[in-house]
Amino acid sequence: MSTPKTLFEKIWDAHVVAHPANSPAILYIDLHLIHEVTSPQAFTELNGRGLKVRRPDQTVATMDHSTPTTPPNADGIIPISDGMAAAQLQRLVQNCRQHGIPVFELGSAHQGIVHVIGPELGLTQPGMTIVCGDSHTSTHGAFGALAFGIGTSEVGHVLATQTLLQNKPKTFEIRVDGQLANGVTAKDIILAVIAKIGVGGGTGHVVEYTGSAIRSLNMEGRMTICNMSIEAGARAGMIAPDDTTFDYVIGRQHAPKGAAWEKALAYWRSLPTDDGAAYDQQIILNANDLEPMITYGTNPGMGMKITERVPDPAHISDSSQKAALDKALNYMALQPGQPLLGQKVDVVFVGSCTNSRISDLRLAAELIKGRRVADGVRMLVVPGSQQIKAQAEAEGLHNIFLEAGAEWRVAGCSMCIAMNGDQLQPGQYAVSTSNRNFEGRQGAGGRTFLASPLTAVASAVQGCVTDPRTLLNVDQPVEIR
Amino acid sequence: MEPIQPFQSRIVPLPIENIDTDQIIPARYLKVTDKSSLGEGLFVDWRRDPAFALNNEAYSGAEVLLAGHNFGCGSSREHAPWALKAYGFRAILSTYFADIFRNNALKNGLLPLVITPETQAYLLEAVATDPQATIYVDLAEQTITLPNGEQVTFQIDAFSKTCLLEGIDELGYLMKFRPEVETYEAQRQYAVSTLQGDMP
Ligand code: SF4
Repeated sequence: MSTPKTLFEKIWDAHVVAHPANSPAILYIDLHLIHEVTSPQAFTELNGRGLKVRRPDQTVATMDHSTPTTPPNADGIIPISDGMAAAQLQRLVQNCRQHGIPVFELGSAHQGIVHVIGPELGLTQPGMTIVCGDSHTSTHGAFGALAFGIGTSEVGHVLATQTLLQNKPKTFEIRVDGQLANGVTAKDIILAVIAKIGVGGGTGHVVEYTGSAIRSLNMEGRMTICNMSIEAGARAGMIAPDDTTFDYVIGRQHAPKGAAWEKALAYWRSLPTDDGAAYDQQIILNANDLEPMITYGTNPGMGMKITERVPDPAHISDSSQKAALDKALNYMALQPGQPLLGQKVDVVFVGSCTNSRISDLRLAAELIKGRRVADGVRMLVVPGSQQIKAQAEAEGLHNIFLEAGAEWRVAGCSMCIAMNGDQLQPGQYAVSTSNRNFEGRQGAGGRTFLASPLTAVASAVQGCVTDPRTLLNVDQPVEIR
Repeated sequence: MEPIQPFQSRIVPLPIENIDTDQIIPARYLKVTDKSSLGEGLFVDWRRDPAFALNNEAYSGAEVLLAGHNFGCGSSREHAPWALKAYGFRAILSTYFADIFRNNALKNGLLPLVITPETQAYLLEAVATDPQATIYVDLAEQTITLPNGEQVTFQIDAFSKTCLLEGIDELGYLMKFRPEVETYEAQRQYAVSTLQGDMP
C-alpha cells in the first residue's frame, strides 16, 4: 500500500513539473487570477523581455481594489474620479487586450472581488493550483484547491511560464468539532483560531481545516474560513471537497460538463486526506465553546469573545509583544480591561472577500429587517460581485438594507482597503466584516473592529458594539465577563 | 539583478512585532504602475510621529532595519520590499518573517535575515547606547559580524543564496523548463480552460 497522503500532498505531488537538485520545486499553476493593483509591473517585465503570456486561457482578470462602488450615472457609466486609479484600471485593460486575457471591466455583469468571482463562475475547482497577486487567494482553498497569494515578480513568472518556484510548505491540521450555537458563524470560528495561534502561528504551513463543525458549513462559510488563513500567517488554507463542494460547483459557467464532469468528480473524490496521513502540526477547537468574536487591536490576532474585556499590556512579559499591544491600544484609544460591548461605533461595513457573498447578505438582511441603523451611524453594504448584487436585488435584500437606512453599493473591495474613496475618517470606529484591522487599513486614523455580519448588523442597529445574540434571543441578556 | 556584495551598515531599531505591509506602504500608494516612487510612502503614517525611529537623525543613512517578530505580515504587496529598497535598505533583521514578504524581499535583493532573540536583544541595546554602531553582513559566508566583533550565522536556502550572489534572474531560470512544462501539460489528467463558456 502506498503511504497515506494529505489533501495538500496529493495536490502538490500532482503539480510538480520538475524538482532539480538544490532548487525549489517547479510547480504548475492551473488558474491565475489577476487584478489592477499587483499586475502592472509584472506586465512591464514581460513586455521588456518580449515575452508572451503562456496560458491566457488559464488566466482571468477583474477590477476590484480601486474601483468606485458608487452607482452608475444616467449613462450607465460608473465615474472614476481618482486619476491614478483610472490610469491603473486602463493599464489592466491594455495589458489584457495585448495578451488575450479575459478581463471583467467595471460595469461587466461578472465584475467583482477576485476571490468572489472565481468560485462564482466555476473557475475555482477542487484539486487545482490557484494563485493571484493577493494574499487572500487562500479563499479558494475552501474547494479543496491549493490556492495562495504571490508577489508581483511571481505574477510575472506565472504569466510567462505558468509555473512558480516553490519550497514545499509544512502541513497544519486545524480541527473544529462540535456544533455552533445560534448567533455564532464561520467568521467567529476563524477569528477564534487566529486569536489562539496568533498572526504568525501558521507561517510556513498550509492549513487543512477538518472536523464536524467545518464539514457542516456551507461553501460560503468555508470560504470565509479559508480566506483568513493568511491572517494566521499560513501559506494557504484548505478544506477537503465533499458533496457540499460538488453541489456548489455543478452547473456553474466554467465548471466541467457531461463526461468531463464525471471524470473530474472521480478525481475530486480521491483528494481528501487518507486515513493515517500525518500533519506536521495540529490543534483542536470545540465549536460548542465558541461565541461571537471581535478584535480590539490592530492585527487580526488581537481578538476575543465579544463578552470579554480588552487585555492589559501590564500582564505581558515579552517586551516586543507588550510594545505591540501598547501601540495598538493607543491607536485604538481603548483602555486595558474595558469591555467592547457598548463601545460607540461610527461606521459599519458589510462586505469584502471575507463576508460579501449572498448568504452573508441574507443573514445581515434577516437581522436588520424591521429595524433601523442607529442615528449617527453610517452603514455600507457592498456585495462582492455584480452577480451577487443582482441576486440580492432579485430577492429584495437591497430594499431591506435601504429601508433600514444603510447604503447599497456596486461590487468591489471598497472599505476593506479604502483605495477607492470609501474610507473612515481619522478617529472613527468601525465594525467591519472584512479581514484586516491594521492601522489605517480602512482610512488613515480609522479604527476597526473585525466581526461577523451578524455582529456588524447588531452594532449598526444599536449604535455601539453589540452581541448579536441579544437581538436573536431577546430574553437572554448577555453579561460582560 | 546586481550580485550582492558584503557590506557594513548602521542599524535603525524598530522593535515592534507583527509589522504588517499596510504600515510599510499604505494602500493609497499602490495606485502606481511602476516601482521607483515608493520610497516616499515607506512607513509614511508612522513617520508623522516625530519620535518615530526613521525620523531620528542619529540613524539616518542606516541600510539595515532591525524589526520585531513576524515582520511583513498581511498583504502580499511586493510594493513593501520595493519601498524599503527605494528608501535605501539592504537588509532587514528580525526573529521571524512572514512567508510572502520573505519571498518578495529575496526576489528584489533585499535580505530578510533571521536572527535569534538573543542577538536581537543585544543589537537593540547596542544601537541604543551607540547609534553609530555597525554590523557587517556577508551573504557568501552567511555571517553577521556584530558591533562587539562577535559573529553570528543566518540561514538562507541554497537556491536563493546562489541567485543573490550571482545575480541570477529567476524568471530566466524558470523559462529553461519549458520542455518539462510542455510534457506536463500534455500528460495532466485534468485541465482548466477559461476559454470555455463565454468570456469577455
Ligand atoms: S476585499 Fe479586501 S482583502 Fe479581499 S481582495 Fe479586496 S482588498 Fe483584498
